Amino acid sequence: MTEMVYGAAPMRVGDPILPRWWRTVDKWALSSVLLLFGIGMLLGLAASPPLAARNGLDPFHYVERQALFGAIALIVMFAFSMMSPDMVRRLGVLGFVVTFVALALLPVLGTDFGKGAVRWYSLGFGSVQPSEFLKPGFIMLVAWLMSASQEVNSPPGKSFSFGIAIAVVAFLAMQPDFGQAALILFIWGVMYFVAGAPLALLMGVAGLSVATGVVAYNNSEHFARRIDGFLSADIDPRTQIGYAIDAIREGGFLGVGLGEGQVKQVLPDAHTDFIIAVAAEEYGLALVLATITLYAIIVLGSLYRLIRERDPFIRLAGTGLACIFGAQALINMGVAVRLLPAKGMTLPFVSYGGSSLVAGGILMGMLLALTRKRPQGEIGDILRRKRP
Amino acid sequence: MIRTPLRPLARILDARARGENPEAIERENLRLRHEQMRDRARARAEGRLLILGFLFLCAFTAVGGRMAVLAASDEPGEPRAIASGAAIVAQRADITDRRGRILATNLATHSLYAQPPLMIDKARAARELAEIFPDLDRDRLLRQFTGKRKFLWIKRQISPEQMQQVHDIGDPGLLFGPREMRLYPNGKLAAHVLGGTRFGQEGVHSAEVVGVAGVEKAFDEYLRDPANGAAPLRLSLDLTVQAAARRVLAGGMTLLNAKGAAAVLMDVHTGEVISLISLPDFDPNDRPAPLNMGHPSDSPLFNRAVQGVYELGSTFKTFAIAQALELGLVEPDTMIDTEGPLRWGKYSINDFHDYGDKLSVTDVIVESSNIGTAHIAQKIGAERQRDFLGRLGLLKPTGLEMVEAPGIEPLLPAKWSELSTMTISYGHGLSVSPLHLAAAYATIANGGRRIEPTLLAGNGVQQGERVISETVSAKVRKMLRQVVVRGTASMADVEGYAVAGKTGSADKPKPTGGYYKDRVISTFASMFPADDPRYVLVVTLDEPEDRTGSEPRRTAGWTAVPVAAEIIRRVAPLLGLRPAIEPAPGFGVTLAGN
Repeated sequence: MTEMVYGAAPMRVGDPILPRWWRTVDKWALSSVLLLFGIGMLLGLAASPPLAARNGLDPFHYVERQALFGAIALIVMFAFSMMSPDMVRRLGVLGFVVTFVALALLPVLGTDFGKGAVRWYSLGFGSVQPSEFLKPGFIMLVAWLMSASQEVNSPPGKSFSFGIAIAVVAFLAMQPDFGQAALILFIWGVMYFVAGAPLALLMGVAGLSVATGVVAYNNSEHFARRIDGFLSADIDPRTQIGYAIDAIREGGFLGVGLGEGQVKQVLPDAHTDFIIAVAAEEYGLALVLATITLYAIIVLGSLYRLIRERDPFIRLAGTGLACIFGAQALINMGVAVRLLPAKGMTLPFVSYGGSSLVAGGILMGMLLALTRKRPQGEIGDILRRKRP
Repeated sequence: MIRTPLRPLARILDARARGENPEAIERENLRLRHEQMRDRARARAEGRLLILGFLFLCAFTAVGGRMAVLAASDEPGEPRAIASGAAIVAQRADITDRRGRILATNLATHSLYAQPPLMIDKARAARELAEIFPDLDRDRLLRQFTGKRKFLWIKRQISPEQMQQVHDIGDPGLLFGPREMRLYPNGKLAAHVLGGTRFGQEGVHSAEVVGVAGVEKAFDEYLRDPANGAAPLRLSLDLTVQAAARRVLAGGMTLLNAKGAAAVLMDVHTGEVISLISLPDFDPNDRPAPLNMGHPSDSPLFNRAVQGVYELGSTFKTFAIAQALELGLVEPDTMIDTEGPLRWGKYSINDFHDYGDKLSVTDVIVESSNIGTAHIAQKIGAERQRDFLGRLGLLKPTGLEMVEAPGIEPLLPAKWSELSTMTISYGHGLSVSPLHLAAAYATIANGGRRIEPTLLAGNGVQQGERVISETVSAKVRKMLRQVVVRGTASMADVEGYAVAGKTGSADKPKPTGGYYKDRVISTFASMFPADDPRYVLVVTLDEPEDRTGSEPRRTAGWTAVPVAAEIIRRVAPLLGLRPAIEPAPGFGVTLAGN
C-alpha cells in the first residue's frame, strides 16, 4: 500500500559502495602502499635534486612530477580497488590488447632516447613505457585463460597462455629488455605453478635449467666470466654497484643523516634503480628494513588472503599480481646488495618514474580489488568436513 | 581405489526407463564433478601458495639480512679504490738466463685515457694530442670527445716525455693510469723461446700482462702468481752463447742463401737447452701478427727448432748403427754389403757415390752409405727399430717447457713396413724437429741415458732410462769422430775441441708428393768434445745453397757443417771448455808446442 502511494523505495542491493569497500579491502596492504609512496616522496626529495641540477631543471622538478604521477597512481589504484573482479578482468584483458599492440608497434613508432633500447613512446609532455602497463593486463589474461581451462570440457587455456607469454617475451627481447622478458616468464611460471603444474614437469624444468647453467658455465668463457665476476668478492668501486654497496656500508644502522648522503651525487640512477642505496645511506638500515617489511606485508598478506579464495580466476590473478609486485621489489633491492646480477628494475611506488608509478597503481588497485573479502562458502566447507 | 564413471549411466538409463528427462541428471552430475575439481584445485593451490609465500619470505629475509650484513661491515671506503687495482695482478716475474741475466722484465709506463665529460676545451685537447702523437687523428679524437662516450683509451703506453707533454695540455679530462709493460731488453735474442705477451684485462690502474707464446705462456700462471714473490724464472739459456750462436747462424744463413735456419745447443747430461735459435726471428717487444694465410713456417713467429718437423736425413744413421751395435748384430769393423742400387719392390735405394761392394760399419757412417745402413736396418727389423726410436724420444712430442712443444708430433709412416724401416734408418719417412734430434744425440753422447730436453736451469743430471750401454756409446762416438776426421763433415774439425757428428742432407718433400731435386734440409748433429761429450749442437739449414763453386753445393758437408763448426769455435770457450789436444788416432804422433 505504502509503495502504491509513495512509489517504491529506492532499491539498494547490499551496502553503499564506500563502506563496503572499506570493510572488505585489505587495509594492511593499502596502508603499506601509502607508506611506501610516502617513503618514495621522502627519498625523492633527497635523491633527485642533484640530477635535476645536472639536467638544468628546478631542484624539485622530479619531486613535483613524482607527486603528480603519484596522485594519479593513487586515484587509479582506488578506482580499481572498488571494481568487481569481473570488471577488473574485462578491463585487464582489454588493457592487454591495447598495450600489446602498443608493444608490437614500438619498433616502428617508439624512441630509444639514445639509450640503445626502443622502449618508449614519446608523447609531448612525457614518455610512456608500454611494457610497464602490459604486465597487469597480461596477468589478467593469463589468469582468465588458466582458470577457464579448469572447467569441465574447457579450452586448452594453459597452452594458449603460454603462447601469449612467448609472444610478449619475443617482443620484449626485441627491444631488447631482457629484465622485463624474464619477469614475464617468471610470472607465467608462478601462475602455472599455482594453477597446478605437474610436479614432474617442474622438477624437469628445474633440473634442465641447472644443467644448462652448468654446461654454459663450463663451455662458454663469456658466461663463466660474468658469473665469476658476479661471485667474486671484489667489486670495482667505480661501478654503480660499487657505489651502492659503499653507500649501504656508509649508512650503517641509522644512516649518515638527512641530506648528508653522497651516493646520489655520483649515481646517475640514484632516483630510480638505486633508490634503496640512497635510503640506506641517509636513513640507514632502519628505513631499509621498514621498506622491506612493507613489501613483505603486501605480498605475503595478499598471498594469505588468496589461499582462502575459492574462485580460480581470482586466485590466479591475485597470485600473479602479488608475485610480480614482490619480484620487482626483490630484484631491485637484490641488485643493490649484489645478490643478483645488475638488471634495471624499478622499486614499485618508491622509485621515480611516471609509467612505473601509474602502472604500479593499476597493478596494486587490481590486487586490492581481488583480495577483498568475499563469501567463500566456508560454511559449506565446514558442513562437508563433518559429513564423512 | 573406487573409480567413479564420468557419466552416471545407470541413473540415466533408469530415468529414461521412467520416461524422465536425463538432461537434469547429466547437469547435476557435471555440477558435482566441477565442484570436486574445483575443491581439488583449491586444495592444491593452497599448498602451492603456502610454498610461494614461504619462498617470498625467504627472499625478503635474504635481502634484508644482506642489507644488515653490509650495513654492519664497517670497511672504510677509501682504500678499496686502491685495492681494486690489485685485483689485476700487475707484477709479472722476471725471466733470466742461467746466470741471472735479464731476458724479460717489466717497465713502468703510463696509459693515457680521457673522460670527455670532465674536459674543458675538447677541440684544443684533440689538436694538441694529435701533435704529440702523430698517429692519432685530430678529427677522430674530437668526434670521440664530443660523442656520448664517458671514457676512452687514447694510448695504452706512453713514454715519460709524452706524458709530460700531455700533462702540459692541462686538460682535466685527460688522465693517466700506471701501467706495466713487458720489456725484452735483448730484442730478438731468444725471441722464440720467450714468446711474448699481450695485455689481458685492462683497468685504469693497471693492466694484466698475459703470455701469448713460448715460455711466457707456458709459465703464465707461475709468472703471475704473487705467491712466488716475484722470484725470477731462471731459464737454462745462456745469453752470451745464444748471442754468439745466433750471430754465426744468421751469418751462415745469409752466406748460404738459406731461407731459414735453426740451432739447438744442449747439455748432454742435464738436457738443459743452452741455446735455441730459429731464423728468421722477430722482436718480442713488437710481436708481429700471426699469418692468416699460407704456411705457418713463412712467418718469423714459426720456431723451426721446435715446431718444424723435417726428415733430417743421414743424421738418423747414427741411431741405426747404435742399435745394431747394442743388439750385437755388428761390430764397428763388420763388413756390410754396399753394392748398389739396392732394390726393394719397385723402389731402389742409391748412394751419393758408389762405395764399392763392401764397407766396414765405421765406413758406412763415415761415407754415409744409404745402402749399407738399409742393410743394417733390415737386420734390426721394424719392431725393434720402432721401439728403439721411441725410447730415444723421437716418436712423441718433447717435454720442452714451451707452450708450442707438446703439440708437435713427429710424423710417422702410416705403416711401419720393412721399406719404412730401411728408409727411416737413413732419415727418410720419419719427420722430427731439430730439438728431437738434439735430445736423441744427447742420449747417444752421454753414455746412453735418455734425455728429456728442458728450458729450466738447475735441475741437475738426468737419470733417464738407459737406451744404449756405455761401451756402445763410446763406439758410436768414435765412429762419429771419424766422420769429422775423414768423412763428410771434415769442415767441422775445430782445433782443440774434438767434434764428432753426423751430417744429413735430405731432399725436401714437395707438398704435392715426391721430393724436390734442388731443395734440401741440411743438418749437422754434433757433439763435443768427442771423448767425453758435454754438449750437443744441431744446426739445420732450410734450402741452403753454396753458390761459390762451379755448381751449387747443397749437401750438409758444405753448408750446415761449416756453420756448426764456426758456432762451436766461438761458443766452446764461452761454455768454459778448455781446448784439448787430441792424440790423432792411428798415427801415434803427438803434437807438442815448441
